[in-house]
Parts: sequence; C-alpha cells; structure tokens
Amino acid sequence: MGKFSIGAGAVLLAGLAFTGAFDNEFYFFAGYVILQGVVMATAWNILGGFTGYVNFGSAGFFAVGAYTSVALNQAFDLPLPLLILAGGLVCGLIGLGAGFLTLRLKGIYFAIATLAMSIVLETAVTNWEYVGGAAGAYILTPENSLFFASYVELLFMVMLIITVAAVAFAFYLSTSRIGQGLTAIRDDELAAECMGVPTLRLKLISATAMGLFMGMAGAPYPFFVTFVDPISAFSLFIAINAIAMPLIGGTKVWYGPVIGALILGLTQEITTVTISSELNLLIVGLVLIGFITLAPNGIVGLVQGFSRRKRTDGRTSA
Amino acid sequence: MFSGELLINAIVSGLLIGGFYAAVALGLSITFGCLEIVNIAHPTFVIFGSYVTYIVNLNFGLDPLLAGLVFTPVFFLLGMLLYRFYYVSFERAGQESLNGLAFFFGLMFTIEVLLILVYGVDYRLVNAPYIGETWRLGYVDFPLRLTVPFVAGTVMTLGVYFFLSKTFLGRAIMAVSQDRLALQLMGADPIRVKQFAMGIAIATAAVAGSLLIIIGPVDPSQGRLYIGRVFAIVVLGGMGSVGGTLIAALLIGVIESFVATFYGPSWAPAVSFGLLFITLALRPQGMFGRA
Repeated sequence: MGKFSIGAGAVLLAGLAFTGAFDNEFYFFAGYVILQGVVMATAWNILGGFTGYVNFGSAGFFAVGAYTSVALNQAFDLPLPLLILAGGLVCGLIGLGAGFLTLRLKGIYFAIATLAMSIVLETAVTNWEYVGGAAGAYILTPENSLFFASYVELLFMVMLIITVAAVAFAFYLSTSRIGQGLTAIRDDELAAECMGVPTLRLKLISATAMGLFMGMAGAPYPFFVTFVDPISAFSLFIAINAIAMPLIGGTKVWYGPVIGALILGLTQEITTVTISSELNLLIVGLVLIGFITLAPNGIVGLVQGFSRRKRTDGRTSA
Repeated sequence: MFSGELLINAIVSGLLIGGFYAAVALGLSITFGCLEIVNIAHPTFVIFGSYVTYIVNLNFGLDPLLAGLVFTPVFFLLGMLLYRFYYVSFERAGQESLNGLAFFFGLMFTIEVLLILVYGVDYRLVNAPYIGETWRLGYVDFPLRLTVPFVAGTVMTLGVYFFLSKTFLGRAIMAVSQDRLALQLMGADPIRVKQFAMGIAIATAAVAGSLLIIIGPVDPSQGRLYIGRVFAIVVLGGMGSVGGTLIAALLIGVIESFVATFYGPSWAPAVSFGLLFITLALRPQGMFGRA
C-alpha cells in the first residue's frame, strides 16, 4: 500500500503543477475527457474484469450521475463536491438494485438487464421536464474557480481526484480478500460458492462500487459541457468506451483499464482533431473487435506473454 | 377518452406490430435460446437488412418484402461466416462470456457507425403501392403498412417453428445446446448444426429488416431501441421456444400499443424494458420456458 499511496500523491501533485504551468484550456478539456475515461474504465472493470459480469449500461450510470447534478443544482444549488457524492450515491444504489434483481441469474441476464435499464432511464429522463426533458438543460458555470486560472482547470483537478480515488479503490480490491473472492467468482462461481465464498454479497459490493464511481464520473459532466441533453449523456460512445478501454488494456489487473483508457483516450483526443468523429468511433469499434479476438488479455496480457517468453528463452540458452 | 373504439384499435394495432416484433425476435430466439450465443448485434443486422431493402427498392423498384426475401441467402451465408468466426475466436477457447459478449457489442457498434458513415443519420424509406393504404372493418383500422409485416412476420415465425419441430436438422438445432454428446451419437456435427442455425437466424434478419422499413422510415441507430424489446420477447417467451416467442411478441406489441395510446408514445420504449426487468427478477425462465 505504501508505494501505491506515494504514487497516488505524486500523480495529484503533478496534476496541480500541470494546472500551474499551462494556460491553454485545450489541454484541460482533453485531460478531463481522458481522466473521465479512466474512471469509467476502472469502474467497469471492478465488475466486468474482476468479477466477470458485463455491464452494457455504463452510459446509463454516467447519465444518472450527470442528471442528479442537474436536478440538485437546480433545486438546492449545492456545491460541486456534494453533487459528486450525491451522483455517486444514487448510482451506487442503482447498481445495488440492479444487482439484487439480476446478479443471482447467469451473467448474461445481468448484461441484458443493464442495457435495458439504460434505455428505461433514458426514457424517464427524456420525459422529466424538470431537468429539461428531451430538449436538454443549460448549466451556468460557477464564477468562483478557487485559485485556478479557469473553471476547466478546477474541473480537471476534481476529475483527477476522482480518478485517483477510483484507481485506489480498484487497487485495494485487487489486493484484499474481497478481490480474491471476486476472482474466484469470475473463474468458477459454483466452485467459489461451494468453498464458502459469499458470492452474492461480493457481487453486490462489486456492482455498487461500479455504479458509485460511474456516477461520480458523470456528476461534474454538466458543468464541463454546460449543456446536457439525454442523447449526449446516454451516448453509446460512453458505453462502448467503458468496455473497450479495459478490454484493450487488460481486465485482470487494476492497471489494465488505466493503460487502456490512457491509450484509447489519447488516441481519440488526437484523432477527433484530425479526422471526423464518426471515423473515430469506427476505429474504437474495430480496435475493440481486433483486441478481443487476437489479444483477449489486452495489452497487459501481451506484455506479460512477451516477457515470459523472453525469460524462458534466456533460460534455455543458458 | 377511454372509448371502446380506441380500445379495439389499440389492441389491433398492437397485435399487428407484435407480429412484426416476432420476426425481429425470431433470429435471437434461435441464437440465444437454442445456441446460447448472445448476439446482441441481431437488431443491427435487422437495420442492415432495412438498408439493403432500401437500396434494392431505390435502384430497381423491387417490392421491399421481395427484396428482403431475395437477400436471405446472402444473409444466411453471412450468418454461417459469423458463427465460424465466433467459434474459432471465442467458443473453442471457452471465452464466450466476456469476450464473446463484447465482440457482439463491438460488432453492433461497428455496423451502426459504418451505416452512418455511408448513408448519414437521415431517415430512409421505401416505396410500395400498399404503404399508405388502410383497410377498414367496421370502425377497426387495418393499415396495410402494419398488416403486411404482421402477416409476413407471423408466417415466417410459424415456418421456423415447424422447421425446428418437424425436421431432423431442426430438432438437431433444438438439441445442440442441451446435449452435444447425444447429438454426436445421432450422427450430427454440433459445429455444423450451430453454423446452419446461425445462418437461419441472420437470414430472418433480412426479412425482418424489409418489414421494418415497410412500417416506417429507418435510421442507423434504431437498432438499439429493439435490443431490449427483442430480449424481452425472447426471455418472456421462454428460452428456445419459438412458439413462446410469437406469443410474447404479440403480448408486448399490445401492451406497448396500450401505453402509447393511453399514456403517450414517449413512454412506449420503457414498456418492454420494464417487462424484461420484471421477468428477469420474478420468472427468468419466461412464460413457456423449460425452467
């Protein structure tokens, strides 16, 4: 744990230095989007990679986080940290509820249920006039951006803190007894159950944590874009990125989704500038299909396989 | 507001659209129910079928339904190829649960984006003499753009039902996920049986696609709306039960039509998803499932 906390602290300090050193807002816009990807990918992986239950409704959790912010901001004008907590709480409860209803069934039913849930939630938000309905809602950017040069820099720093929290949680999970239980569920749920692993409880913890972090990733989004409508908040792009990033990086370890999200996110930020966004989406789809067919364990798996081969080669020649 | 006329018309249009839903869900009923392959890209293949119909109708003036039928062999081959790919990449390695699922998700996404790139996000429609016509029986309306898909969808579903229950190959398809070994002892190769079944499943998407574009204009991302609906139908009908699929499709059609008539059409998409959720929570084996 010691090494990890030092690393996390260093990342936060580097982020602060970054906001001090640069003024070009584009970097912070791009950085925010990439970090949001890291949080979503890490959250997805807690249930998808560690436990083996696929969530197709990531966009639904993200959007509920965003719309919780919109609603509470409109009703009580709460400060951002409270909105983030509220978004996380609401989505954590949704994850718990969805898990309670479907996680006792085979994994595929959970996957379909999340997909279905995402559309039910989208219909509900589209019909909810208080938060703008189908037309969407405008959010005023707060004047006060603390000691940062602009509000985007503040949001960037907020997202960095959420990222560190999410990754730290995933790290803690993967090294704890809970993480071992989750791995047992992924590899053979029946055997785990027979060995006395409390499978349902662990799956529910995992689903709640996933919802929590996705909601937290979504909560600052309205302030970032200043205009949210159901179509952009529930976009399939968010759902596919949340799946593609862990699968490209590697799902078995906590740093897999981080690697995948950084690589895919950076590529997307560069390519949206140079080529059309549709083509960009196509690339994500094709890269995802390519990775899951050719390198099912992602980049981490590729690197591990390569270094293992190298080691055994060394041994045979010596 | 709550008049008998409105009620009967809501039921009839619900049944008509339900027959079409059966056509869309049929392919998934085979892949998901009999082969245990979770092809969430199936509705996207239906949209693909709509675009093929659109192109043929636009260029050759062929009747949309006929255009769909003409393309079933092509879709059949596509389905066989898809299964080959799926088998070699995932099923053989035992990775269908996570990677196989993500594969179909990626496929769905890729086809949708390709259609957007080529045809844009505009709605496309077809021309046929019966679109726009309406038959009246007393005060009950039978719009032909719904009646034709209803008849075609029901006939196709019943056709597949009899194929699966009466022929050797059909029974082999029903058996393949239940007892591979017994099937092999009967002299059938499970891989080829599954490949054939996947071919049929995707072939039905060509017809369902042509029906979809007869009902109304189609755009590339419409498939997503159908994902929950078709899964709701397949799960509600009971896995692998084609007869159950037809009944569940009609049921969901009627319930949606009720909600659209009496509460407003913007709530209709939530119906099937809500039903799916309730079914999964209370009775996951569906109405006619073999538990």
